[in-house]
Amino acid sequence: MLSRTADNLYWLARYMERADFLSRAIEASRRLASLPKTYGGVESEWDSVLLSSGSAESFAASGRPLEEEHVIEYLTFAADNPGSIRNCLYLARTNARAVRTALTVEMWEAINGAFLEMQSFENRRKTTSKEELTHFLEFVKRTSLSYDGGAYRTMLRNDAYWFSRLGLFIERADNTARLLDVKYHVLLPEKESIGGSLDYFQWSALLRAVSAHNAYHWVYRTSMKPWLVADLLILRPEMPRSLISCYESIVRNLDLLARAHSRQGPAQRQARKLHNQLQNLTMENVFQNGLHEFVSNFIVENNQLGLLISEQYLF
Amino acid sequence: MHIHIQHETTYRYSTPAKHSFQHLRMTPRNFDGQHIVNWRLDMNIEGRLKETEDSFGNILHHMSAEGPISSIKILAEGDIITFNTNGIITGLAEKIPNILYLRDTQLTRIQPELIDFTYNATRNEVNDLNKCHSLLSSIHDCMLFDNNATTVTTTAYESFSNKKGVCQDFAHIFLTCARFLNIPARYVSGYYVRNDIDRQTAGHAWAEAYIPDLGWIGFDPAHGISPNERYVRLATALDYNGAAPIKGTIVGGLGEDMNISIHIFSPQDPKDTHQLLIQ
Amino acid sequence: MLQFDEMMGANGQPRVAYQNLSQWLNSVDAQWLSSRREQAELLFRRIGITFAVYGSQEATERLIPFDVLPRIISRNEWERLERGLIQRVTALNLFLKDIYGDGQIIKAGIIPADLIYRNPGFCSEMFGRRPPHDVYVHISGVDIVRTDDQNFYVLEDNARTPSGVSYMLENREVMMRLFPELFSLHRVAPIEDYPNELLATLRSVSPPHAAGEPVIALMTPGQYNSAFYEHSFLADKLGIELVEGRDLFVRDDIVYMRTTEGPRRVDVIYRRIDDDFLDPLVFRADSALGVAGLMGAYQAGNVTLANAVGTGVADDKATYTYMPEIIRFYLGEAPILLNVPTYRCREADALTYVLEHLSELVVKEVNGSGGYGMLVGPHASKAQIEEFRLKLRANPDNFIAQPTLALSTCPISVAQGIAPRHVDLRPFVLHGAKNVRVVPGGLTRVAMTENSLVVNSSQGGGTKDTWVIDDVLTEIRPTIS
Repeated sequence: MLSRTADNLYWLARYMERADFLSRAIEASRRLASLPKTYGGVESEWDSVLLSSGSAESFAASGRPLEEEHVIEYLTFAADNPGSIRNCLYLARTNARAVRTALTVEMWEAINGAFLEMQSFENRRKTTSKEELTHFLEFVKRTSLSYDGGAYRTMLRNDAYWFSRLGLFIERADNTARLLDVKYHVLLPEKESIGGSLDYFQWSALLRAVSAHNAYHWVYRTSMKPWLVADLLILRPEMPRSLISCYESIVRNLDLLARAHSRQGPAQRQARKLHNQLQNLTMENVFQNGLHEFVSNFIVENNQLGLLISEQYLF
Repeated sequence: MHIHIQHETTYRYSTPAKHSFQHLRMTPRNFDGQHIVNWRLDMNIEGRLKETEDSFGNILHHMSAEGPISSIKILAEGDIITFNTNGIITGLAEKIPNILYLRDTQLTRIQPELIDFTYNATRNEVNDLNKCHSLLSSIHDCMLFDNNATTVTTTAYESFSNKKGVCQDFAHIFLTCARFLNIPARYVSGYYVRNDIDRQTAGHAWAEAYIPDLGWIGFDPAHGISPNERYVRLATALDYNGAAPIKGTIVGGLGEDMNISIHIFSPQDPKDTHQLLIQ
Repeated sequence: MLQFDEMMGANGQPRVAYQNLSQWLNSVDAQWLSSRREQAELLFRRIGITFAVYGSQEATERLIPFDVLPRIISRNEWERLERGLIQRVTALNLFLKDIYGDGQIIKAGIIPADLIYRNPGFCSEMFGRRPPHDVYVHISGVDIVRTDDQNFYVLEDNARTPSGVSYMLENREVMMRLFPELFSLHRVAPIEDYPNELLATLRSVSPPHAAGEPVIALMTPGQYNSAFYEHSFLADKLGIELVEGRDLFVRDDIVYMRTTEGPRRVDVIYRRIDDDFLDPLVFRADSALGVAGLMGAYQAGNVTLANAVGTGVADDKATYTYMPEIIRFYLGEAPILLNVPTYRCREADALTYVLEHLSELVVKEVNGSGGYGMLVGPHASKAQIEEFRLKLRANPDNFIAQPTLALSTCPISVAQGIAPRHVDLRPFVLHGAKNVRVVPGGLTRVAMTENSLVVNSSQGGGTKDTWVIDDVLTEIRPTIS
């Protein structure tokens, strides 16, 4: 397939995934920020969302005050934030429009319909109530579900599908890792004794941001423990947003590409290396060597994979 | 006259280019006014030079090279014997109907001021030949030669309005006016041997007009004369865009810096010329 | 001026071809019809069939209005039209081959040389060159109007990159979804094989080296082009890659596209980008839409461009006036389709006449398109007429003038029910290496406002589905139980 088409599909998937993550992260933060201080409700929560979405610097530069209303506006509709949900959906559609022929009707209708609906949300946002925001965030999640469902159920299993999956999983791994990077301090083992139940709400917000709140209980059948939260997000293969699960999918899709093209390259090697590392890792190792260090390093390596894919396939 | 030409064009890129693609119209053809003794086209990097002919009958080389390219040097070099034909071009296979040379182009679009100028310059003349000579001297008289006033995208009208330009602007004005008079006219790129210096930083350009019964005749408004044995003719087209010695694109590559060096002179010793001829 | 209505005869009775439709219309109420109209609009918006409009920032993607009533052409009318179209496009192609070669038609004194060689649509780069299989106009969209039950007039031969075929196809799909019962009342000739025919046409003209399995791509200027929807639609229907200039590159006179598996050779390019932008080394140097070296590959015979470069000279309005002579010269036949009588303002007598009758004539710029730069005399204000008079005097060569034709009307569905509106028809003609074919029908464009003659989509015109139906009158019968 055309390199540009692959490139568009890859980024289309990334933007959809990013929009989905943003809406979950905003929702979780709203919950947390609305708690009484004694339950861990802190204003710095909005700073964390900006950090984990990678827009803290540009937010500061835009001169907006660090308040809930402004952060939410910045992350949802701000036209000047390249990473806002609005711009993610807009870019997703631009990419989709360029590769109409590579999308199924269902996928296109999901994106195009969402784009039209988003414009109507955007037009009435000045009157946005909290309830309206909830509707909007729900809408974004629904959009990514119907897009993803459309892709899963209707796309031919060929390179178009594989590139689009690659985009999704690389973005998802990046999002999970960023979230961990911002929140690592509440997950450190010693926290349990110090903070006690106060951190419970932090942990549960973290889980909500990656829609793993119920999953935790199904996997561990025990009360909330920070290292288990970290374990779930990093090493549990059954958890769809864990780093290892993302890498399982990345490796599989890259292998399918390599087989179809009868050619392997640096991207396959890098993905396997990372997957191997994750497979041979225990949470003890991670904590011993520093959770923060591990996560920062992972973010770098994951980005590196993105670059290698571009070089190898997308020119 | 025996003329030796060494035309070097060097491109440098601060960020190397991935690929370079150039059209070179740097190979002269024989006609009654010039005989090519030897000529070669070369470049200093691995690449491909493919000779073709464009629709105007010019020898065109497609040059392509793979990167990373941080600099390319293109060299055209050779010896030519020229003869004074009083500007008349004979012995050249004409590929295109003369009427086609009445087409106007973006660079040679007629404007009211140019119409007035043409009218004033030629109103006393009855035949096309004399009209062209009047145009030649009028343009030469009213335009000031200025290396810094124009670029390769300047139109005839723009340079005429400022009364400044280089040889190609003069040629474009001539073309515009001649075509307005319904005289087929074409742009010529080439070289000119100067008395004062033998190293130049640009080629030369002039025009040719088609005069019934005589054929194509050269007019050089920059010097106010018809070309003689000091001129070497490279390529013709409707305007600069079609006859430019080098036209190119690069992929990737930033911060382009171009340098042209033309060493052109007539070897003094007549024996050399004789040697060349019998080779 | 008496207008010819395609549905209703002068006696107030529907014409034969429209009898079923007319009966059916009497049986449905206006409200129901307008609910179908809304449904149609919803369908179009969902599928994303939009049209980008230049210069309007707000609505850069707009829907072209669609009218739900089909325009009907009977089979025997169509057969005459079809013969006329094939004749015309065959002649156009021979004309192009001739003028880029020997120029017999010029030597024979039928067309003045300067009209060809000085024509802005003439491409010097093509002089003395022959495209693969000598085919120039692979795809054309000939604009046709009718004035009565006998005569079809050609308004324009669009021989460059005509668009609209996606609307023809999508209109039919939408109609079949909305009005299955209407289709069961008529035997409508299918058009859904157009993509298949187009693909066969493109395959037939591939360069000799790719005889077996040519790689074909559709080249678009990109998603901000007004017809981008159509480009992606066609690429999809044909199963070929939709490429932009940046997806292609040329090495050693061979065109490749960048794919995830490395470079892949391209043999045929159905390009929907103007000549000027094809190759920055040969045409506009500032074009970022083209491919450096493309013309070299084309001239070396390594790739087919459809349409060929330089076809603009054939669809220009000055050449148009010579079409009857062109058909006679190359085919030795009388033209089947009529030309609108045209005054060439370059000719002194014609100019005098035109200047005296401006308020009755339509004056067009020779190289204008899309309904811009044109004067519709009977509908123009005094000021507009005077403005054109100046333009004409300043540069008569640049204009032609035609009498205003009494364009036929067709019924469209409006809020109050049904009303007649002016229409034209653009059938799409495919010229391959071996044959010329037309799918039955075409794009009917309709002026949505009353009495307007301007059908161009850039100026608010709409479209309709066009049916070629068998002449046999099928009655509406109760189903036998």
